[in-house]
Amino acid sequence: MTVVTNNKWIGQRTIRPDGMDKVTGRAQFAADTNMPGMIWGKVLRSPHAHARIKSINTAKAEALPGVKAVVTARDIVDFPIEKGAVMLGIQDMRWMCRNVMAREKALFPGHPIAAVAATSEAIAAEACKLIEVDYEVLPFVIEIEDAIKSDAPILHEFNTFEGKPSNIAGRLEHKKGDLAEGFKKADVVIERSFTTRPVHQGYIEPHACLISVAPDGKTTIWSSSQGQFMVRAMTAHLTGIPQSDIRAIPAEIGGGFGGKTIVYLEPLATLLAKKSGRPVKMVMTREEVMRATGPTSGSKSTVKIGATKDGKIVAAHGTFYLQAGALPGSPIRGAVGCSFTPYDIPNLLSEGYDVCSNRSKVAAYRAPGAPIGAYAVECVLDEVAEALKMDPLDFRLKNAAKEGTKAAHGPTFPRIGYIETVEAAKASDHYKAPLGKLQGRGVASGFWFNAGGESSAQVNITEDGNVVVTTGHPDIGGSRAGIANICAELLGIDYRRVSVIIGDTQTIGFSNLTGGSRVLFASSIVVTQSAEKIIHTLRERAAKIWEIDPEAVKWEDGAAHPVSPNAGQFPPLTLKDLAEKAPAMGGPIGAGVQLNTQGADGGFGTHICDVEVDVDLGIARVTRYTAVQDVGRAIHPGYVEGQLQGGVAQGIGWALNEEYIYTKEGKVDNPGFLDYRMPVCSDLPMIDCIMVEVPNPKHPQGVKGVGEVPLVPVMAAVANAIYNALGKRFYALPMSPPKVLEVIDAPETRQAAE
Amino acid sequence: MTELRYLAPNSLDEAIKAFAAAGSAGRILAGGTDLLVQMRAGVVKPGLIVDIKKIAEMTKIEQTADGGFRVGAAVSGMALHDHASFGKVWPGVLEAVNLIGSKQVQGRASAGGNLCNGSPAGDSVPAMVAAGAVVTVQGPDGRRELPVEQVPAGPGRTNFKPGEILVSFTLPPRPKGSSDAYLRMIPRTEMDIAVVGLGVSLTLKDGVCTAARVGLGAVAPTVLLVEAAAKALIGSKLDEAALNAAAAACSAACRPIDDKRGTIAYRTKVAGVLLKRTTAIAAQRAKGN
Repeated sequence: MTVVTNNKWIGQRTIRPDGMDKVTGRAQFAADTNMPGMIWGKVLRSPHAHARIKSINTAKAEALPGVKAVVTARDIVDFPIEKGAVMLGIQDMRWMCRNVMAREKALFPGHPIAAVAATSEAIAAEACKLIEVDYEVLPFVIEIEDAIKSDAPILHEFNTFEGKPSNIAGRLEHKKGDLAEGFKKADVVIERSFTTRPVHQGYIEPHACLISVAPDGKTTIWSSSQGQFMVRAMTAHLTGIPQSDIRAIPAEIGGGFGGKTIVYLEPLATLLAKKSGRPVKMVMTREEVMRATGPTSGSKSTVKIGATKDGKIVAAHGTFYLQAGALPGSPIRGAVGCSFTPYDIPNLLSEGYDVCSNRSKVAAYRAPGAPIGAYAVECVLDEVAEALKMDPLDFRLKNAAKEGTKAAHGPTFPRIGYIETVEAAKASDHYKAPLGKLQGRGVASGFWFNAGGESSAQVNITEDGNVVVTTGHPDIGGSRAGIANICAELLGIDYRRVSVIIGDTQTIGFSNLTGGSRVLFASSIVVTQSAEKIIHTLRERAAKIWEIDPEAVKWEDGAAHPVSPNAGQFPPLTLKDLAEKAPAMGGPIGAGVQLNTQGADGGFGTHICDVEVDVDLGIARVTRYTAVQDVGRAIHPGYVEGQLQGGVAQGIGWALNEEYIYTKEGKVDNPGFLDYRMPVCSDLPMIDCIMVEVPNPKHPQGVKGVGEVPLVPVMAAVANAIYNALGKRFYALPMSPPKVLEVIDAPETRQAAE
Repeated sequence: MTELRYLAPNSLDEAIKAFAAAGSAGRILAGGTDLLVQMRAGVVKPGLIVDIKKIAEMTKIEQTADGGFRVGAAVSGMALHDHASFGKVWPGVLEAVNLIGSKQVQGRASAGGNLCNGSPAGDSVPAMVAAGAVVTVQGPDGRRELPVEQVPAGPGRTNFKPGEILVSFTLPPRPKGSSDAYLRMIPRTEMDIAVVGLGVSLTLKDGVCTAARVGLGAVAPTVLLVEAAAKALIGSKLDEAALNAAAAACSAACRPIDDKRGTIAYRTKVAGVLLKRTTAIAAQRAKGN
């Protein structure tokens, strides 16, 4: 497959199809939909971090005037533990059924215990208070260190590790070579331990849904998610309603970043709607979002890296413990599989442990697990490079993975663009710019797997000769704009003639959720194949009109032409001409393709970060930032840069200020955006992007996923920059002002400075 | 469900009457940027809301006969910002008021609300304390005046008597060579709450500090007037020794807690750092006056 480079629309910064609606407030988010007769649902949540539920009495709540339905775990389809895993994507339904509603035990403060639907939000809230729950309060455990102790309170008695009941729910390892032999060859060995705090995806739009269940069981869901098919399947599993009866309509999404790849409200609202016979709306408060929806894991990692004097890494060992929260499923795959992957390391052991503890169950967050592992690995690499007196980028170049390198997680790399990202970083103006007093510069690299998977598309030519494309993926990163560019390119028409919409579950074929940086990769494959089918039809139709062989017709610039004067002399037939003639020429023109797409290539990035530290206040500010990434092919460069910049912004928040803080009772103490400090615009410099394009040869347009890599290197880049500014290393995130000042003011720091 | 009444009287007397009658169920609404948030969070459930913005005195900024300013309790941050001369005379008070919330919040939030909310971290309060502002309050027993630092009683509480409503702030006239400044430490650059906030108002004559007041926020249950810090500055040329002594006085005045926003050690140190930085800004400004 050859990648065409002289494109007209691919690579253009076209106006985003959803832009006008969003800036004018017309876009319909999940909470914007209302229905006649609609009532409101509210969730009663556990006040305890860990408690056995002995009984729930809902009688008083049900008797309150205005209350129309109450549901508890009894109403949710059970997936018994002993029957084994029932997987839906990466989620085990045994855990999902217990996450949406506490079953045997409440496992974190905020765990749903019951849900009420009433004629007003206030009545529903009042009714929640009338529900009597008899709890047997149990000791709880939140931090990894405590959860893996031999005498720790156990969340799930049925779970054993090494033969004993344990909070360790799983272990994963990737191995290559002989670790002990490798370290023997090393001249420099550095081993460090790191911790990171749980951080939330921080989407602005809280979870919300409106659900109607008709008397015949036909169910309509309006909700904001990263996958309407995921919503349909999970709701079907948890309510027993067949998928054919559930129409899940994707609302415009106000941010997801992975956190909307699972359901919280939809099964509850469906059951409330079914019981009450009324449409039920549920909207989480920010506090509920922060207490009860998935942040990503807190972590505890140890990384040991050995290198020879000449700068070759000979062995590396990483151990990553990740908090799963209340139910198993932390993203150890990302930490274990991605952290060492930019490097060709002959002897490697990368292992991860999935640790349950009494806080909300984690949900995916942008390259799940990979930023946590990369933080530890890239900080140790910085120390190794320093010990070897090597430039950190030269050190990475010397050890870079390239075509033919076998990654520990399995694949042997095809042509990849990692080296190009390091070279571009090295050649950048940023890397050469001088630094002032108390300023520092750090670099770090990162990798994410990327993904393909199931996608469906339908491309239809309208009667007036324009194009409507329907795909099945919520657009969280510019997929509609990318698809419009590609479709315009293939059909040779202005991109404004292509309208891209996201279908609901009953109008477009199954499409896996938006995640893994898969959507543009996968959907452009099915759209391309659909467009090719359409072009074939258009050529056939023109051939029929001209009475020549279809092979003698070519499609160019939005019209059919004879391939050469020998084929005949005919004026071109445009898309509009052929659309008008369609009824007489065989009917409507359109094509759909459904595939489980293959051939996604991983993505690599290398970042440069400058900081300036206010040493009296302990504030580290990022003053300059450059993100370099192999983006495959930037179909819409503005969106690609947006992805890079967004990922970096989230990483800077993670590095400097974001963290879950708990009270002594195990409750989240900062469940709002005032005290959970994501960066605001003025906290960040303009984030520069360098897009390296090494096209994916297995994709018609060369696309690689771009959305997740940009978060992976950030925390290490910031940490390395702070070290460079202060001469002090930080082994824990966030590097917030009190923590930075504590290190600056430590007696040993003062002595070193004097 | 409890009933919620809303009143927006045109006269102060009417407002006081209704507010006093409502007792603890009554809440005053100026900009509402604290009240509405607290109601939404379920922290307060008022039975009566008295909106004071229709009372002329509450939204007026006027220059007093002696050259000072009287600022109505419900004057929004943006209205104060747009006033022709207030910011020239009281740049520190203005910058503190303008730090409350965000741009959007500034259209509604008032220094009066900020003070009555009773948060030790309110941004305008240390600046008002440093400025030597006096507040006028009126209740069923009439009007009275008290220094602004005597208003807060503890987190979320004031020393107002039942039925009393904050009417205005009066800021004194400024001698030549005077200015003020306010700085706060926040982990972010905006949209945040002070971990430490510090206001300095001072007068310089031939390079010597002849008068000074220091207000310190977010380090104790109430905003503090740090007289020891002022004493260290007065009579000095704001040299290093004086600044160190004033900074030490600020650190010593701290009675902070460890919480999600900062540690005791951090707040104590930062109070001193901010004293030096804020004084430098105020002095720079005073030299131009």
